[in-house]
Amino acid sequence: MRTLAALPVLLLVLMAPLAAAGRQPIGDPARGKVIYERCQGCHSLAYNRTGPRHCGLFGRRAGSVPGFAYSSAMAKSNVVWNELTLNRFLSSPTRMIPGTAMTYAGVPDPQERADLIAWLRIATVSRTECPHVEPHAR
Amino acid sequence: MIAQVNPFNALEDLTRRRFLISSGAVLSAGTVALLAGRSALAAEYGRKMDNTQADVQILNTALSAEYEAIAAYGVGAGSGLLKKPVLDLALMFQHQHKEHADLLAKTVAKLGGKAVEAKAKYDFPIGKLKTQNDVLDFAAGLERGAVSAYLGAVPLFRNGDLSKAAASILGDEAMHWAILRQALGENPVPAAFMS
Repeated sequence: MRTLAALPVLLLVLMAPLAAAGRQPIGDPARGKVIYERCQGCHSLAYNRTGPRHCGLFGRRAGSVPGFAYSSAMAKSNVVWNELTLNRFLSSPTRMIPGTAMTYAGVPDPQERADLIAWLRIATVSRTECPHVEPHAR
Repeated sequence: MIAQVNPFNALEDLTRRRFLISSGAVLSAGTVALLAGRSALAAEYGRKMDNTQADVQILNTALSAEYEAIAAYGVGAGSGLLKKPVLDLALMFQHQHKEHADLLAKTVAKLGGKAVEAKAKYDFPIGKLKTQNDVLDFAAGLERGAVSAYLGAVPLFRNGDLSKAAASILGDEAMHWAILRQALGENPVPAAFMS
């Protein structure tokens, strides 16, 4: 009887990660590729521009691309780029890292962010665009 | 006839002190952000940085991108791939980017900031530019991105006059993009809204 009483609690605990995952839309890289056109005023995959290059983005510490002059805010941010940190940053760069030179209001739509991140996940390890990315990152 | 206007005219008599203490300017920027549906964002951004410092940062980022656009059109014009009248068009667009850059740099100085300088060297995918259309496509991509960059900057300014001025540059770059698409044989205005 005690076991039965504990069952709803157990189910809640087990299902919590699923519920959390449900809040994060699934990204479509094809749509993300189109959204990435917005970024190309300042960024490219392969080379540094007004913003740093995106090749090798995932797992990279923010402010660490050699040869790129970052804001001190970004250089000191202690952020490592992954789906979660990118989702937060892209929703409002200046809110997450005040002082960043990426003075862009952000991508407010969670689905668009998920699409963009899904595209970045693929494009930033592309063998053609990013041949110098370490093999373990692919 | 198109009149030559300075989109930063409203800032001509601006002194740094006036800028810092002008609650009207803050209200104006807040109104712009509210219209764009990003009121909380603009407010929070302003709280964490000094208003002028924040605006100078935005202007300097725009200035960096303008310098890069000037260099990119220089590469296109010097490539030998552009034939008249497309070459004239590229040179005109480059000149307009120079006008943007001059004005942005002056505005940064007027606000008491230090304007960023152009890089000594820019990386461009020169190896991929084999035809006139390659150059036009490359330029169109930069202009399209520039429209989004300005669109993302407009709601962040704390001074509404700067938002208006940035929107004026945005309009010019959107025209560049449309004309480049037209030259490429693409729909020059593919959507009713930009993002």
